[in-house]
Amino acid sequence: MSTTREDATPHITVEDDRCVAAGHCVVAAPEVFDQREEDGVVVLLDARPPASARAAVHEAVLLCPAAAIRWGDGPS
Amino acid sequence: MRTDVTADVTPDVTTVATPEAAAAVRTEVAPEVTSVVRTDVAPDVTRDVTPDVTSIVRTDAITAVTRDVTRDVARDATTDVATDVATDVATDVATDVATDVATDVAIVGASVGGLTVAQALRRRGFAGSLTLIGAETELPYDRPPLSKQVLAGTWPAARTRLRDRAELDALDMELRLGRRAVALDQARRRITLDDGHTLRYGTLVVATGAHARDLPGRSGLAGVHTLRTLRDSERLREDLRTARRVVVVGAGVLGCEIAATARGLGLPVTLVEPAAHPMERLLGTDIGAALARLHTEHGVRLLLSTPVAGVEGEDGRVTGVRTASGTLVPGDVVVVAVGARPATRWLTGSGLTLADGVVCDDRCRAADRVYAVGDVARFGVTGPDDRGVRLENRTNATEQAVFVAADILGAEARYRPVPYFWSDQFQVRIQVYGSVPAGATVRVVEGSVADRRFVAHAEADGRLVGIVGWNAAARMRTARTLLDLAAPTA
Repeated sequence: MSTTREDATPHITVEDDRCVAAGHCVVAAPEVFDQREEDGVVVLLDARPPASARAAVHEAVLLCPAAAIRWGDGPS
Repeated sequence: MRTDVTADVTPDVTTVATPEAAAAVRTEVAPEVTSVVRTDVAPDVTRDVTPDVTSIVRTDAITAVTRDVTRDVARDATTDVATDVATDVATDVATDVATDVATDVAIVGASVGGLTVAQALRRRGFAGSLTLIGAETELPYDRPPLSKQVLAGTWPAARTRLRDRAELDALDMELRLGRRAVALDQARRRITLDDGHTLRYGTLVVATGAHARDLPGRSGLAGVHTLRTLRDSERLREDLRTARRVVVVGAGVLGCEIAATARGLGLPVTLVEPAAHPMERLLGTDIGAALARLHTEHGVRLLLSTPVAGVEGEDGRVTGVRTASGTLVPGDVVVVAVGARPATRWLTGSGLTLADGVVCDDRCRAADRVYAVGDVARFGVTGPDDRGVRLENRTNATEQAVFVAADILGAEARYRPVPYFWSDQFQVRIQVYGSVPAGATVRVVEGSVADRRFVAHAEADGRLVGIVGWNAAARMRTARTLLDLAAPTA
């Protein structure tokens, strides 16, 4: 089942069993997301990215084609 | 709890000179909501309408909708509208007056395209009023799982929800579900809903998607399905429980995925397709042939180069599919997956140009302050001979929605996406950036077809136009960049 990673707020969570390995998040925010080598599934590099990455993470949340990314501090 | 109440009943809206002003009218529905009217949008006009409500008679509005509206408002109350407001609105409506409401941005279509416009607007700080209208009653949900996880029964329906209730509430929008737009009056910047209520907008976003195409002879026959909605998927799943022989008509993405899922449930499946290869238009002939082998290996009976005449039945139940050459392909469950047509009928006569979709310019504008996003949008039309592009894929819906939200807020870019889709069939993930046009040269650049893991490049006129990955997701991340680099700069 879901292996949602959770930390204290505010933070990013990804549902990797929902991920479809499109890699849009990596394109949008490469310092925050990566993909597993074997199947391209999302790897969260930084659950609490710096403010400078905010716009990029928002973009990743919106563009994820599986709606698999949440950011806990506001509307996704 | 909603923090703003956009005008619900505006008695003298006709005195508002411009649509802009009309959109800015905010009316308080009830005393207890007065205190929560947003201050950040500086209402130009604030009225208490309750005493005047019976005086509103709109000649163009359908009246006597009390029962429907009361029910719908009650349903809205569970999703968006606070209960106290809903009650008062219901009371107003009990006077048999169809309401006329104003909103800054109206989004028609509450699937991923429409919802993403709302999300992107809020993300960019848009503080005006937002109304999202959806024909289906479910909270906005995602469609790709419908032919896979939901149909297979590995996901409960609720898992398809795009955002949960709290996330939707945080968007501070009026969410009207189970409501269909039936007409657009561009001159008055107003849409009419199927309950007779009207909604005036400052900006309109058309995101009504598409309907499944059908086959002749289908009507009234049990056991024949199309798959577009969550309900469609659940109905098909129910029918598959007792199915003996499944026939899928159309070997596009949807048909191939349904065939694979039905095989995964242990059912005998025949996949009938007029082209010589499954997904040929999307993958070309070489990779299409590899996909045919995949399906055959997993026990799907493939009938390629086989056009279909229609479905046939007996005693109200489908008995099979009749091919154009006259053969009956027997099946007690038939799934018709022969494409989709844009949901534009409600826009007939609106003045928008409709040509297999809502015709838009390269900023996705169909008219002044009218946009279209997602499956319904034919964008990039720059002249009478330009057909533009209409993309029916999940990623275009979100990318276009994000683009349109930015344009609404003043960005003036051109929408030039790199098309992308993926498909999961029998544990194979196929990913395509760009396209593989007929006649393109397809070359495996990494891995091999025999190894069942490869990346292939499609070239047309000596230029890279498409990249296909087959179980090679991590190798695909540079694909978009490569295509961007190869794209003409015109």
